[in-house]
Amino acid sequence: MVSVKDLVGTMDGKISREIFVDKDLYEREKERVFARAWLYVGHESQVKKPGDFFVSRMGEESVILTRDNAGKIRVFLNTCRHRGMRVCRYDQGNTKAFYCPYHGWSYGLDGKLTHVQAYEASYTPPFPKDEWALVEVPKLANLQGTIWANWDSAAPTFEDYLGDALAGLDSGLRAWDGSDHGVELLGPPQKWIVPSNWKFVSENFSGDVLHGVSHRSVEMVGIGPGASKSRRDSPGERILTTFPGGHGFYYGVMPIDQPRSDYAAAPAVAAYFQDCWQRRVQRMGPSAGVMPTLGTVFPNMSFHAQQPRTILVSHPRGPNETEMWRVYFVDKAAPPEVRTWLRRYYMRYSGPGGLTEQDDMENWTYASEASRGTIARRHAYNYMSGLNTGGVSDPVIPGMVTREPLTSEQNPRMLYRRWAEFMDAESWSALQP
Amino acid sequence: MNLRTLSPERLLYLDLKCEVEDFLFAEAELLDERRYDDWLALFTDDVRYWMPLRLNVRWQDRDADTSGEDETGWTDDDKETLTKRVRQIQTGLHWAEEPVSRVSHVVSNVRIAEPMITLEEGHTMTVKSHFIVYRNRLETETDLLVGRRDDRLRRTGGQLRIANRKILIEQSVLMAKNLTVFL
Repeated sequence: MVSVKDLVGTMDGKISREIFVDKDLYEREKERVFARAWLYVGHESQVKKPGDFFVSRMGEESVILTRDNAGKIRVFLNTCRHRGMRVCRYDQGNTKAFYCPYHGWSYGLDGKLTHVQAYEASYTPPFPKDEWALVEVPKLANLQGTIWANWDSAAPTFEDYLGDALAGLDSGLRAWDGSDHGVELLGPPQKWIVPSNWKFVSENFSGDVLHGVSHRSVEMVGIGPGASKSRRDSPGERILTTFPGGHGFYYGVMPIDQPRSDYAAAPAVAAYFQDCWQRRVQRMGPSAGVMPTLGTVFPNMSFHAQQPRTILVSHPRGPNETEMWRVYFVDKAAPPEVRTWLRRYYMRYSGPGGLTEQDDMENWTYASEASRGTIARRHAYNYMSGLNTGGVSDPVIPGMVTREPLTSEQNPRMLYRRWAEFMDAESWSALQP
Repeated sequence: MNLRTLSPERLLYLDLKCEVEDFLFAEAELLDERRYDDWLALFTDDVRYWMPLRLNVRWQDRDADTSGEDETGWTDDDKETLTKRVRQIQTGLHWAEEPVSRVSHVVSNVRIAEPMITLEEGHTMTVKSHFIVYRNRLETETDLLVGRRDDRLRRTGGQLRIANRKILIEQSVLMAKNLTVFL
C-alpha cells in the first residue's frame, strides 16, 4: 500500500494532485477517514421530540438521526438488515417506527427489530431479533446542539478529537450574546452536487486566505450587511490558527472598548446585534471580541460563525464529486424581522444561489477537472506560502497562530498532514492526539 | 366557430392571455440574449423573487413538499438583490458566469390562474407557467433545470410587471453546481 505521507509534503509545501483524483486513494479515504473520524450529522433542533427524525449522511452513506421514546438521540445506518432497502425515505418528519418497504421488517425508534414477516412460521429455530437491530453509530457527541457521530469505537471522545479547537468551535456555535440561550436552524439543508473533490471544500474553509480574487466581483457589488460595499462586516484583526487534529480556524478579534457598526444596512439587525454585543461584553469581558469567523473541523464540516452563520458538510460522492449540505442558523431569541433579514442575507451569500459561494464552486470544479490529466498529475501543487513563518503559540488564540499579514497556507497544510496520518494509520491507536 | 361567434368576454380573455404569453416569452428572450438591464425593468420595485427548497415527504404531507416562507430556500431576492446579481455578472469577474453560459428558456403551460378577462391599472393577477431551461457553459458542462413558476403580474403604467415570482425546481438535491441562471 502506498504511503500517503510521501504524497503530502507538508514540510516542503508540495502536495500531489493524486490525492484529489486517485480512485484507490478515494476508496481508502472511505475506510480510514470517514469510518473513523467524528462527522457532523445534524442539530438537536431537528429532533426535538421523540420520533422526530432527520435523514443525514456519513461519508457516502445515508444515516437516520432520531430521538427515541426515552428522549435519547440516536444515529442509525439507513438500511434494512434483511435486504438493504432504506428504512426511511423522507428527509425529515416524525414517526413511530422505521418500516422497510421491501419485505416489511420494522424497527423501533431505539433501532430494535420489532417485526419480521412470518417470523414464527418460517424461522425455525427463531433467530435472535436483538442481533438484527438497525446498525447504530456507537459514539455520539453534542456540542451546543450540534450532533456528531463516529463509527469507530476506539476513537477518542469528541472533546479530545477537537483538542484546543474545542473552545473556538463552542463559541462559534453559541448565540451572539455568548449565552447558553442557543441557536436554531433556519430550515432544512440546501443540498447540491459539485463536480469537485471534497477536500477542496474543506481546505477552502479551513482558512485559505489567498483566495480573495475569487470573490472580487461580490466585493465590488456588495451584498450588504454594512454601510459600504463588500460581502461582510470586518471581524476585526484577522488571525489564523490550526491544530494537530487537522482543524483550521480563521478568527476575528475585536477590541471591546470600541463601538461596533455591524449590520449598518439593516437598522433592526444592527440594534439587536448591539444589544447582544453589550451583553456579550458584560458576560465575557475582554474575550468577547474573540470569535472564529470560519473554519473546518477535520475532515469535512465547515462553518461560518459570524457573517453569515452556517454549517456546511462536504459529503464525498467519489473522487470527483461532492454533495454539499448547508444549513443556516440564528439565535433562538432573534426577533422575527432580524431572523428574516439574516435568512435573506445568508442565502445571497452562500449556497448555490449565493453570490460568494458560486465563484468558489467554479474554481473547485475546474481545479478538480484540471488535476486529472496524465501529465498534470505528475506536477504537485504549491502550498508553500508562509512555510517558514507560520504557527506560533499565542496568549489569546489557542492553536498554532499566525497574525497579519495573513498569507500563510498553514491551515491547509495541517489539514493534509492530518489527512495523511489518517490514511496511513492502521487504527486509532496510531492516531491518538 | 369564427370570430363573430365569440362572446365579448371570450375575446377579452383571449386578448389578455395573449398579452401575458407575449410578456413571458419576451422576458425569456431578454434573458437568453443577456439583456439583463431590460429584464430587471420587468419587475416592480416591491418584487419578491424566491425559490423554496423541495422535500421528500409522505403522501399525506404532499402539499408541504417545499421549505416554508420563513425558512431557507435556494434564493429569496428583492429588486435590490436581484439587481446585484445582474451587476455581479456585468463586472466580468463573476467566474461562475465568466465566460457567460449559453442559456435557452422554454416557457410553456402559461395559464391565468383566476377567472379574469381584463387587468386594470394597479391590479394584479396570478399567472402560472412551466419552464425548461438548458444551460451549457465552457466545453461540456450542462444543466437542465425544469420547474414551475407562480407569478403575480401587476399592471403598472399600462404595462405588465412581475410583482411576485415563486419558482419551484423539480429537484430536491440540486444537480447543478450553482443557480447563476435566472428562472
